[in-house]
Amino acid sequence: MSRLIRLDRTGHTTLAEWSAADREGYERASAAFARELDSGMIASATGPDGSAEVVRELPLDAGLIVLRRQIAGG
Amino acid sequence: MSEDELLSRRRDPTAAIAALPEPGRLIETATVPWRRRPDARSLERRGWGWTIWTVAISTPFFAVAALLVVLEPMLFVVSIWSIAHGIAIPALYARRGARSVVALGGARSSAGTAAPGAECMALGLLGDLVGHEARELVAERGLLMERGELGVWLLGERGAMLVRSHGRRTDCWCVRIGDAADLPAADRISHLLLALREDEAGFATVANMDFSGASWRIRVHMEKNARPALAAARRAARQG
Repeated sequence: MSRLIRLDRTGHTTLAEWSAADREGYERASAAFARELDSGMIASATGPDGSAEVVRELPLDAGLIVLRRQIAGG
Repeated sequence: MSEDELLSRRRDPTAAIAALPEPGRLIETATVPWRRRPDARSLERRGWGWTIWTVAISTPFFAVAALLVVLEPMLFVVSIWSIAHGIAIPALYARRGARSVVALGGARSSAGTAAPGAECMALGLLGDLVGHEARELVAERGLLMERGELGVWLLGERGAMLVRSHGRRTDCWCVRIGDAADLPAADRISHLLLALREDEAGFATVANMDFSGASWRIRVHMEKNARPALAAARRAARQG
């Protein structure tokens, strides 16, 4: 099961869950994903090896996609 | 890129999203296009720059102290005053660097300001993102350790340290979440961790280096509870 979460004031919010076979769930997740990107969030696909990669389209077979805010120098 | 576009990006960080950098690079680097991406050699050079600067600002005070005693031994009190300045000024730089990193749960932490339950949830996610060793360290010392290509990083809820040169040198970086006011403290570390993992050199491009110097100089200005985290990062850096 793939999960789309947003880091926010509640700790995090799960926006969508889908599986590769669940096309409808994926479409809903894609719509939520696009809305968050439009609002300035950055999507990070985290791998099981501890890696992270910026994604601009929602991968169908992703494990965990985390939406984060932008960082800046102090 | 036009000057207007650059100014617009400085005013509104989200404007950077419209002009993405090449894939694999941290998106936020688009907000600082004039900066060069650091690598091990450029960090080494910057480190030496800090060392030369430290020597340059301290030496005159020591020279004056020596000269005064040679000219008039009764002026030793003024000499001591001069030596104290030669020691204190570099220490202030190191202190500023150490204080740019805020440990989770430390005296300057924002933990406890978030909505009830949010901090636990944020800590749970952070724990899921890291391994056992890093999870224990952040729980006990408030700093998250992450090995990178440039060295071993320690991330706070604001700011980061990079331990390199086999643990001898530590760089302090001022880096934060653009709009973090309502975020739980552990979520702030998660933000920095994800950005670091996405593009380490990009992370160091966006962050501002506040200090670079011997690790022991940083250690003395850290909160006592966080100091073992630096020791752990130094050990990890020595192991390579």
